[in-house]
Amino acid sequence: MTAQLPGWKSLPPGAVITRPGSTVEYKTHDWRTLRPVIDQERCIRCRLCWLYCPEGTIIELDKPYTTKTGRKYTRTYEINYDYCKGCGICAQECPAKAIKMVEEVR
Amino acid sequence: MGRFEIRWHGRGGMGAVTAAELTAMAAVKTGYYAVAFPEFGAERRGAPVKAYTRIDDEPIYEKTPIEEPDAVVVLDSSMVGQEAVLHGLKSGGWYIANTARDPEEVRKIIGRDDVKVATVNATKLAMEVFKAPIVNTAMIGALVAATGIVPLEKVEEAVRDRFPERYVDPNIKLLRQAYESVRKVV
Amino acid sequence: MAGKKKLPLSGNTAIAYAVKAADVDVISAYPITPQTTIVEKLTEFVANGELDAEVIHVESEHSALSAAVGASAAGARVFTASSSQGIALMYEIMFIASSMRLPIVMAMATRALSAPINIWNDHSDFMAASDTGWVMMMAHTNQEAHDDIILAYKIAEHPDVLLPVITAIDGYFMSHTIEPVEPIEREEALKFIPKKVTWSVLDPDNPVTMGPLGTPEWYYEFKRQQHEAMKKAREVFDEATKEFEKVFGRRYEPVEYFMMDDAEYALVAMGSVAGNVKAYIVKEARKRGIKLGLIRVKLFRPFPAEEIMEVISNLKAVGVIDRALAFGSSYGGPLYGDILSAAYTRGVDTPIVNFVAGLGGRPVTFRDIKAMVDATLALDGKTRKDVPKEPYFIGVRE
Ligand code: SF4
Ligand code: SF4
Repeated sequence: MTAQLPGWKSLPPGAVITRPGSTVEYKTHDWRTLRPVIDQERCIRCRLCWLYCPEGTIIELDKPYTTKTGRKYTRTYEINYDYCKGCGICAQECPAKAIKMVEEVR
Repeated sequence: MGRFEIRWHGRGGMGAVTAAELTAMAAVKTGYYAVAFPEFGAERRGAPVKAYTRIDDEPIYEKTPIEEPDAVVVLDSSMVGQEAVLHGLKSGGWYIANTARDPEEVRKIIGRDDVKVATVNATKLAMEVFKAPIVNTAMIGALVAATGIVPLEKVEEAVRDRFPERYVDPNIKLLRQAYESVRKVV
Repeated sequence: MAGKKKLPLSGNTAIAYAVKAADVDVISAYPITPQTTIVEKLTEFVANGELDAEVIHVESEHSALSAAVGASAAGARVFTASSSQGIALMYEIMFIASSMRLPIVMAMATRALSAPINIWNDHSDFMAASDTGWVMMMAHTNQEAHDDIILAYKIAEHPDVLLPVITAIDGYFMSHTIEPVEPIEREEALKFIPKKVTWSVLDPDNPVTMGPLGTPEWYYEFKRQQHEAMKKAREVFDEATKEFEKVFGRRYEPVEYFMMDDAEYALVAMGSVAGNVKAYIVKEARKRGIKLGLIRVKLFRPFPAEEIMEVISNLKAVGVIDRALAFGSSYGGPLYGDILSAAYTRGVDTPIVNFVAGLGGRPVTFRDIKAMVDATLALDGKTRKDVPKEPYFIGVRE
């Protein structure tokens, strides 16, 4: 891979990244040993995981969900597994214990 | 002329550093090389202050303190006679003091027959002009009158350059009065 | 003394006048002796409306340089100043400023490092900054200190360089000594250093990321670039000083030679002590028939190895005066270290000896310089194997 990277003469000085939004190309999921899994049945849509996730990888979706007991939600929280590092903060903070950290299998 | 080195003694706030600087500027205007610098260290209002002027007709390269001055100028009458003021003063050098005493008396106090003494009551003159004991320009007047190191007009030019408009005339007046009233014993 | 009007300026004030002439946008600094009056004078200029700049009052030097980095990254022409412990506290950010290639200019009024606490002059702080990636110069008159600021922006902002620059003067010996200085007016200064943003800046319309993570597959390339930028800095220094001479009539070289034309021996020095050596050469050495000259290093980073070696190679013996000590090093004084490695790589055999002197503001007297000259002359006819392995500690009590 290194062979294809540009040499020092062609890089912009000062390690300035001139292409905005290029961070999305840097997928951080391979740092993960445990994977958070949201139990949509237990989730009470409090949004705390969304707030606490240091990577911003919890996505709030306008996706209705109805629990087995008939409770209706207009929103759903899901995880972008391309960037989730598996830190477990979401699971720790979830008041409904709706997030489980399970072993990552690759 | 060669080298001429002056050490100024005053207290913080009296303008010893400004006096050193004005004299250096007058020397530059006369066509000499000159530098001025304070004693290096922490400055406090009211504490004894030393400042230096080094004049030469050749370029001045060194940046060392003056150890053996050709003249010492004492801005504060309470310092006349202090050992620190006499320290290193060359034989044949000038001891120039702000005091009401006459020069013979000062020579006795300092106990050095080998130095020339000039006195001027700069505090009295300054009180008349400024209503405050700002004696630095008066002491330059005394220095210039005694040693002839630079012409009085050049000091006046330096005063005009250095002070804001409203302080120029009173300072020049004081400078001239001191220049004229200096008393000396050689 | 013909020409333009000269003002009696201390080294610090001379620097402040130049910073005003450079029309800086941001001044970010924290007071420390003996630098304080630089920024004091500048804030006075700002308060009087003579300089339209943002003054950032910070709580430490670490913050002062951090704010300078931020302002420079936003495209401002930035100035800061410090000394001693202040430089030590800036140390972390100094690397960041140079690696981010921000053309900040910092004036340093050099001072010893604690402990014991000492506010007086030596080069410990300057030398501690020597590998931080900043271009470094040291003046030895107040006029030069003034001019160096203008030159510094010229070099720093050159698109081939884009490095921060330190312009140093000796604390007290220069910072507080008044000499006649011919100040450069703003209009002339800005013709020489027009305000143009030549570096990458933060701009909402053209978003960039600055100071990102550099993983092992990226980091090294940027360090290699910095090394190259330093080499460019040397080229730009030469161009800039030539142009400066044309405009302002004063010539600066990376190395100043004093009475070197017929010299057989030389002392190498930086800053104010070079003045003392000059005075000694004129008043003592030459009168005694000793063909002694002075090599004063003005540009320290990038180090002007070629020209120094060219001169040293023809001499009988050389002494290097250091006003700092590299504890436990193989050489002694940091300047000596640079000179020695230059001599090795250029195959120069002249015996070169080291003197450490004037630490913590101790004056370097004629007696001290005489001791150095005697020790240098003693190496006449000797080889480099005969050079003492330890520096001479001049002026210390045994
Ligand atoms: S494990 Fe950490 S990174 Fe992944 S979603 Fe939870 S809080 Fe975010
Ligand atoms: S913290 Fe738990 S309950 Fe709250 S939204 Fe996230 S998963 Fe649902």
